[in-house]
Amino acid sequence: MTIQSEVPMTATTAVPPARPAPALHLDGVGITFGDFTAVEGVDLDVRNGEFVCLLGPSGCGKSTLLSVMAGFVPPSDGVIEMEGHAIKGPCPELGVVFQSSDALFDWLTVSDNIAFGPRMRGVDKARRAEIVEEHLRLVGLAQHADKRPPQLSGGMRQRVQIARVLANEPEIVLMDEPFGALDAQTRTVMQVELDRIWRQRQSTVVFVTHDIDEAIVLADRVVVMTAGPSAGIKSTYQVDLPRPRDVDSPAFVELRHAIREDITAEVAKSLGLPTAGTTGTPEQEVRA
Amino acid sequence: MTIPVTTAPAASRATARTPRPSRGAARGRTIAQRVGYPVASLVVGILAWQGLASYFGPALVSSPATTWSAAVELTRDGTLIESCLVSLRRIGLGWAAGILVGAPLGILMGRVKLVRTLLDPYIEFFRFIPPIAFVTVAIAWFGIGETSKIVLIFYTSVFIVTINTIAGVLGIEESKLRAAASLGASRRQTFVSVVLPATVPTIVTGARLALGNSFLTIVSAEIVAAQSGLGSLIWTSRNFGRIDWIFVGIIALGVLGFLCDRAIRFVASTALRHYGVRV
Ligand SMILES: Nc1ncnc2c1ncn2[C@@H]1O[C@H](COP(=O)(O)OP(=O)(O)OP(=O)(O)O)[C@@H](O)[C@H]1O
Ligand SMILES: [Mg+2]
Repeated sequence: MTIQSEVPMTATTAVPPARPAPALHLDGVGITFGDFTAVEGVDLDVRNGEFVCLLGPSGCGKSTLLSVMAGFVPPSDGVIEMEGHAIKGPCPELGVVFQSSDALFDWLTVSDNIAFGPRMRGVDKARRAEIVEEHLRLVGLAQHADKRPPQLSGGMRQRVQIARVLANEPEIVLMDEPFGALDAQTRTVMQVELDRIWRQRQSTVVFVTHDIDEAIVLADRVVVMTAGPSAGIKSTYQVDLPRPRDVDSPAFVELRHAIREDITAEVAKSLGLPTAGTTGTPEQEVRA
Repeated sequence: MTIPVTTAPAASRATARTPRPSRGAARGRTIAQRVGYPVASLVVGILAWQGLASYFGPALVSSPATTWSAAVELTRDGTLIESCLVSLRRIGLGWAAGILVGAPLGILMGRVKLVRTLLDPYIEFFRFIPPIAFVTVAIAWFGIGETSKIVLIFYTSVFIVTINTIAGVLGIEESKLRAAASLGASRRQTFVSVVLPATVPTIVTGARLALGNSFLTIVSAEIVAAQSGLGSLIWTSRNFGRIDWIFVGIIALGVLGFLCDRAIRFVASTALRHYGVRV
């Protein structure tokens, strides 16, 4: 694994794109609420097919950044593009898995929830049935096709959310702590499933979490944010471990340790505590 | 899932799914609760009524037996059935119109801030003026016929349906609307496929409250100017000094209201069950 500083990445943004445009391109993105600057100067390129995890202290602006990427809120500052085109609003190419399964449609069955996107886009009924069946199988809910969300467990509901988004074949999937409300065991199972599904689909994913292990299990790249206000990207960790990942392997443990130190410093800062233990920047500190 | 605080329906569905201990025990308890208790309660009520009647005498309180024979008498000559049907028709038409106007209006006000800002003062103004205050003008404007009564029932229904519908629209989780948009739904599609179904429970709540209001209003409307209907029956009986007929009219109102509400609850718990309607 290698640790990259954010600085060289920003330097490349000025160069005209010779390579195919990245799936997501953020350049100097800032988000303000009134006179409160939540996020400032975020530069980030997400490659096609890449799985990026956003980590950071609570309240730093991860959800805010994700809702900007999803097109729900325009950025107050900077540029945000999907495959070279400005994101103007929510669109089916940008799928969103929400933290809370409130986002499911409680009056529709699991099947109809999954079919929602294709139905809105005018996919015909026969094709919809195929899509539904495929995605029910993908998330292991074939037996629960006719239930409604209130009749499902928390983990099942989040699987419905994932299936509903994937059924729409988005270019990019944005996930905001989708497993945040689940217990530790269910969470681990869901991470394994998501890892499997992602390897099968090879879609581009931006995944917000505050769980370091979750980030390392899933990500190609872990992006750590600084504490707000005016949160930005603190450091980026490339994760080159073979999948599925073993949380007990020495390389995993080492990376976990590095990221934790990095975040602890930010959390301490966000809570206004003295940054005990960690001095200096992580880029200098960690060398795996 | 964290149970959404704003949507009571989710909680009610959760209770509805609570498994019963066992078939036999469930049936035993169900019969006791659903038939036994109400019957026992009714018997106690009638006994208390009889007690009051004996205490105050027939000039003030008509006894259960007298009321019963009055009911039989009024049924035989057709007055009771006709009064019920006439009142029901007025309530039904006015109330339905109230829902047909109130629900779309509420959705519009809930969705479009401008409309809400413009109409809110009117809703907040009129909803505090009881329909009885308008009985005289209604008759002046719409005549002594059916229209004035139906308009009054409409008036008493429409605001409460509107207000409940607005609350329902505003209570829709932002994430549902965002999900719809990011799944490719247009504004119109979001409206039809998300806003409308998500608002069904509060529309039903509004409709039930409106029905109660309608029953309160029909009597005032029919007392002032009507030759038919339960309100008129009650009023005319007073002129004849027939307190037993008055009692029949009052009880008929209560029974009709009860049955209508049961009908709504039946529809809500069957046809509208999946929308999370709480009854
Ligand atoms: N609509 C809003 N109006 C004002 N401030 C907001 C709004 N939304 C978010 N913020 C602020 O922006 C900052 C970032 O919030 P955000 O929800 O993005 O944090 P987060 O990183 O997702 O935190 P968590 O891990 O706890 O979910 C917070 O300080 C929050 O108070
Ligand atoms: Mg968040």
